[in-house]
Amino acid sequence: MKKIIYTRPESLREVHTHYCSGCGHGTIHRLIAELIDELDLREKTIAIAPVGCAVLAYDYWNFDTTEAAHGRPLAVATAIKRVQPDNFVFTYQGDGDLAAIGTNETIHAACRGENLTVVFVNNGVYGMTGGQMAPTTILSQKTTTSTLGRESNIHGHPLPLLEMLKVLDGVCYLERRSLISPQEINKTKDALREAFKNQIEERGFSMVEILSPCPTHAKMTPVDNLKWIKEEIVKTYPLGRVK
Amino acid sequence: MRSMKKMANNRVLISGNEAFGEAAILSGCEFYAGYPITPQNELIQYMSRRMLEENKIFIQAESELASINMVFGASLSGVRSMTSSSSPGISLMQEGISYLAGCELPAVIVNVMRGGPGLGNIAPSQADYFQSTRGGGHGDYRTPVLAPSSVAEIFKIMPRAFDIADKYRTPVIVLGDGMLGQMMEPVDKSLFDIEVKEYPKPWALRGCKDREPQLIKSLYLAPEALEELNLRLWGRYQEIGREELSFESNISLEDELVVVAYGSMARIAAGVIRRLKREGLDIGLFRPIMLWPYPHKELGEISKKIKNFLVLEMSSPQMFEDVMLSVCSNNAKVDTLCRMGGVIPTEEEIIDKIKSILK
Repeated sequence: MKKIIYTRPESLREVHTHYCSGCGHGTIHRLIAELIDELDLREKTIAIAPVGCAVLAYDYWNFDTTEAAHGRPLAVATAIKRVQPDNFVFTYQGDGDLAAIGTNETIHAACRGENLTVVFVNNGVYGMTGGQMAPTTILSQKTTTSTLGRESNIHGHPLPLLEMLKVLDGVCYLERRSLISPQEINKTKDALREAFKNQIEERGFSMVEILSPCPTHAKMTPVDNLKWIKEEIVKTYPLGRVK
Repeated sequence: MRSMKKMANNRVLISGNEAFGEAAILSGCEFYAGYPITPQNELIQYMSRRMLEENKIFIQAESELASINMVFGASLSGVRSMTSSSSPGISLMQEGISYLAGCELPAVIVNVMRGGPGLGNIAPSQADYFQSTRGGGHGDYRTPVLAPSSVAEIFKIMPRAFDIADKYRTPVIVLGDGMLGQMMEPVDKSLFDIEVKEYPKPWALRGCKDREPQLIKSLYLAPEALEELNLRLWGRYQEIGREELSFESNISLEDELVVVAYGSMARIAAGVIRRLKREGLDIGLFRPIMLWPYPHKELGEISKKIKNFLVLEMSSPQMFEDVMLSVCSNNAKVDTLCRMGGVIPTEEEIIDKIKSILK
């Protein structure tokens, strides 16, 4: 008798992807969809999609979703969760959204200890607008607005958001993971599961940062991009539990 | 902190800012987020206490950007929600108001106006007329605007603002100024009997149990699809113009001149008109209560019979342009008396102006 061990989750629609080859969003969308199915959350989920490539996340997810202005998902999510405390609310945000234009909303939602889950996709660039320098771009990384490489005296330092949030009393759980190998993808799923469960158990603010490839703007093959994350990016953004 | 005081004959003494808050609660407001700014601080203070007493949600946000986006989140959850601020804070909210309009979400935004531009000052002003009536943020949208001119009238305006917001799925601006916000006036408690109307909100995101998943968005990548949204919004604004216009017209055919003013300015105008009446001068008053859509047709009709108009504003000539649009085809003469920077025109200077026009 055949046993199905891998199938499309109910929370993921059967559509073609619009993401570039080797992009991390598809994998992360799927991990979220798998967990929402596993935790039986689909009918009580309200997701907040970011501005950027992943604004179209709502084309993939098969549950209620809203857009939010660039940087504002955590203000929007705060109100949704306060009005609907029994529903499951998560934001899906990039580095520019969460750590540049929306740093204020991020810090204050975390500090208030809002019972929310944040999926933080760190690919080190502004992907949709053409690969400009992001707050998380590492030193010496070349982008379309740091063409000779990021220099601290010109462009400032990379922003370690999780380490900044660690000191806040309202924060329950912070972990940084990646997509660099199947084993690591499983660890990412475990971290997301913990973050989801924290909300269900009303423990407060959880964020999982995922180091994600953007081969188009890294100007690398997908495999080389993962290798670069594994060998270089993790020096600035070490994997593991931060809080 | 000042607070509502009981008076004889079933009346209470209450400030405009507190009236905005109490009237919102009586209108079924379930969610308030705000950030301190003068001259509307009594409003956020009042809400911080009263919303919790009523078991409703109050959040002191980290900025006006956060306030308006919290209102966005509460509104898409299907509850009546509002924020308030004063001019500089309202500027910060414009992005969020544009998203509310684009996502077709109801909300009420109270602006207790102060002098500008920039930091300006904290004196009463009407300088945000264009910002309020022309959209304010980016893109093809407008917001209905209601302007009360007394503390008592706030109790009539707030339920209407929430009803219009829900019925037409649009943010609504309630435009006051520092004078109205800070002023305490007696209000008959019968005005507190507000009937909360329920509007079905099948579009709200509350989880996809027993229905297909839903989406709230303003992103329409195909120009034709976005134009469809633009046309839908524009159609609604036209409907609001047909169904919801409101103004007060105190005009008789003998009037030699019609004063056009709104909000606090109309209160001062009414005093002037009473004084001139005693001197034998007949002056009419046209007070738009809804500032957008504007009662162009109604004012135009008046200009077929009366040819002298004086627009009073505590700002540069802004509503003046709407009055011109209303009356210019009837060869009426439109004069202005505009004081800026938070200066409130005195009755004397308005009387001098009217006499010089009629000389």
